[in-house]
Amino acid sequence: MATLEINDLHARVAEEGGERILRGVDLTVESGDIHALMGPNGSGKSTLAKVIAGHPAYEVTDGEVLLHLDEEDVADLDDDLDDEDYHWKLLELEPNERAALGIFLGFQYPAEIEGVTMTNFLRQALNAKADEREELFEDEEGEEADADEDDDGYETSPMEGPADDGEIGVAEFQQILSEKMELLDMDEKFMQRYLNAGFSGGEKKQNEVLQAAMLEPAIAVLDEIDSGLDIDRLQDVSEGINALRDEQGTGVLQITHYQRILDYVEPDHVHVMLDGQVVKSGGAELAEKLEDKGYDWVREDAFETA
Amino acid sequence: MSSQQDDLKETDTEARFEFKKEEKSAFQTEKGLTEETVRVISEDKDEPEWMLERRLRALEQFQEMPMPTDWPGQPDLSEVDVDEIIPYIRPDVDVRAGVDDWTELPDEIKDTFDKLGIPEAEKNALSGVGAQYESEVVYQNMQERWEEKGVIFCNMDEAVQEHEEIVREHFMTKCVPPSDNKFAALHGAIWSGGSFVYVPENTTVDMPVQAYFRMNSEGMGQFEHTLIIAEEGSEVHYIEGCSAPKYSAFNLHSGGVEVFVGEDAHVQYSTVQNWSKNTYNLNTKRAIAEKGGRMEWISGSMGSKATMLYPSTILKGRGASDNHITIAFAGEGQDIDTGAKVYHNAPDTKSTVESKSIAKDGGRTNYRGLVHIADGAENSSTAVECDALMFDNESTSDTMPYMEINESKVDVAHEATVGKIGDEDIFYLQSRGLDDDDAKQMIVSGFIEPITEELPIEYAVELNRLVELEMEGSLG
Repeated sequence: MATLEINDLHARVAEEGGERILRGVDLTVESGDIHALMGPNGSGKSTLAKVIAGHPAYEVTDGEVLLHLDEEDVADLDDDLDDEDYHWKLLELEPNERAALGIFLGFQYPAEIEGVTMTNFLRQALNAKADEREELFEDEEGEEADADEDDDGYETSPMEGPADDGEIGVAEFQQILSEKMELLDMDEKFMQRYLNAGFSGGEKKQNEVLQAAMLEPAIAVLDEIDSGLDIDRLQDVSEGINALRDEQGTGVLQITHYQRILDYVEPDHVHVMLDGQVVKSGGAELAEKLEDKGYDWVREDAFETA
Repeated sequence: MSSQQDDLKETDTEARFEFKKEEKSAFQTEKGLTEETVRVISEDKDEPEWMLERRLRALEQFQEMPMPTDWPGQPDLSEVDVDEIIPYIRPDVDVRAGVDDWTELPDEIKDTFDKLGIPEAEKNALSGVGAQYESEVVYQNMQERWEEKGVIFCNMDEAVQEHEEIVREHFMTKCVPPSDNKFAALHGAIWSGGSFVYVPENTTVDMPVQAYFRMNSEGMGQFEHTLIIAEEGSEVHYIEGCSAPKYSAFNLHSGGVEVFVGEDAHVQYSTVQNWSKNTYNLNTKRAIAEKGGRMEWISGSMGSKATMLYPSTILKGRGASDNHITIAFAGEGQDIDTGAKVYHNAPDTKSTVESKSIAKDGGRTNYRGLVHIADGAENSSTAVECDALMFDNESTSDTMPYMEINESKVDVAHEATVGKIGDEDIFYLQSRGLDDDDAKQMIVSGFIEPITEELPIEYAVELNRLVELEMEGSLG
């Protein structure tokens, strides 16, 4: 059981006189739950997603982001880790370390990386995650990381052929990948294409969910995964998100403008963000009310209570 | 076979040990460049008189020509002092007899090539392999089935002896004359080693022919000559790899490559070069393509202190075509000035140039290109694309594409991009678990992918490894 806990988070654009965007966010997401985070443009939803993942364009000025893991979440590590809970202060970690611990950010506008095939990318990402996890938990256990072992750089390049110790093998990788792609109704030809390069908006979103399915995060933050999707794609993507929860127990924080996706991915919790704060939380019915009445009433409520 | 090699073959441990302790080189010239040096090299190679005469004429031209100093933004060559280099070193291998069994190579040389990733196993994927150590080709092998079809792959010195007429006609006459530039003249005077490839009419060599050049001694120059002749309707892919370890004194590499692409023939010339950071890499490479002929240049320029290299193609016959793909990588203290030249001298000719460069830690890359379309070369087309990638604000990259268009019925396109590695791209990959270095490496290997995909897998792997090592800053 993993829990992402955000306490009184303040952040601004990381430059001189940068705009304050997050003004005291409180939010908790547990694995297996689906949270919808709604709110008008400019309320800070995307910033929150990026800050959780460690984007360097933002500077955290106050508050904390914690990730609590238990032994279930670290079951993939062979080490005889103590039967205890693990608590990580995410803000102290690099983006890739956060990813290794099980934080996944689904981008609204994923980068296009020319020349890197999907297969190559996914295998390298999986291996990097496994390596980093081992290191993080070794350090946690107070053991010296073996420098020789870590510094094998290009030896682990997929072009080098067979997997090294602890790496996922080609056949195993292909099998897992095929299963996940089938679920998302993605064509196998995808895998020989370059990462997001020339992908349609819908294909990019499917690809984000596919990556989440492959990396099996504890918590997935999906930033407007529903934007730019036609109805068929929306259904595929939604099915993928439901599978993240049902099959991997991933906790999902789904940022969205619209009720539409919530017809397919039913949220356990709905939050409304306004002016850099989460001002209202409720169940699925809150999203429906927002769809009908917009955000103004929330703003009025928030002002009254303020 | 020499008695030393007999010793080797008998696997007499003691003999091997003693062999390794012997002088590494059997013969070398004095430092500097004089007529005497040129005569000594020619004599040591037992060359015909006409070759000596060509060498001496080239030497004269070299002495008459000034150092190039006034090109806009050209690399600094003030350190290049020909009087300080050793033009010729013959390693202790009986090259006259021709070594075509890998196991017969001295251990030291064999080890060097093994370490460089030219193990014997690679022969299985190639039609032939040649390996040059210092000034001489020490190993050469061509698969029998190609020899039977009349394909010739041998070292250039041997070609002068065995295929004198062909060499005499083509060697630095019509393609790269010594008068072309100062370093072509230098090359003409003291060239040594290199490859000779001859493919008869309508013969397709469907596996690449490979040569590897290794410069091992300090303060030496390497001046190998490559002559490729592809007769009408033939096809061949020639690959060259080059490297040198680092010494304190500078090294000079001034190779010459001449390619003759016959009617409807197709030649691909690929090279991955990784010179030590004190090597001046000043080469002249040119191809002439007859009617319907197709020339492809694929090159990865890594290492060196300064590189000036602009492979060029003369599209001489109607419908000839040319394709350049180049990549350059410049780190701290490096100045890589490279590009492509294409002369459209006939109608219906086509060319494409795709140039990619990467600069980091204050390195400098420059694309210097020339596309010339002659009057009357109607319906010709050219497309030039230059992309530069920079890691930091200290590195620089320039693009100098010259276009000389003397014909109106042509299609000319030029596109250039210069960019810093995008923070968003890096963050995206980091959010997927890759650390900062691996993310950058992945972006760079994607950037150069158009080149690696054109290369056989061994070279693609090598190029990727070199780039990765460069990125880690661990190549000295």
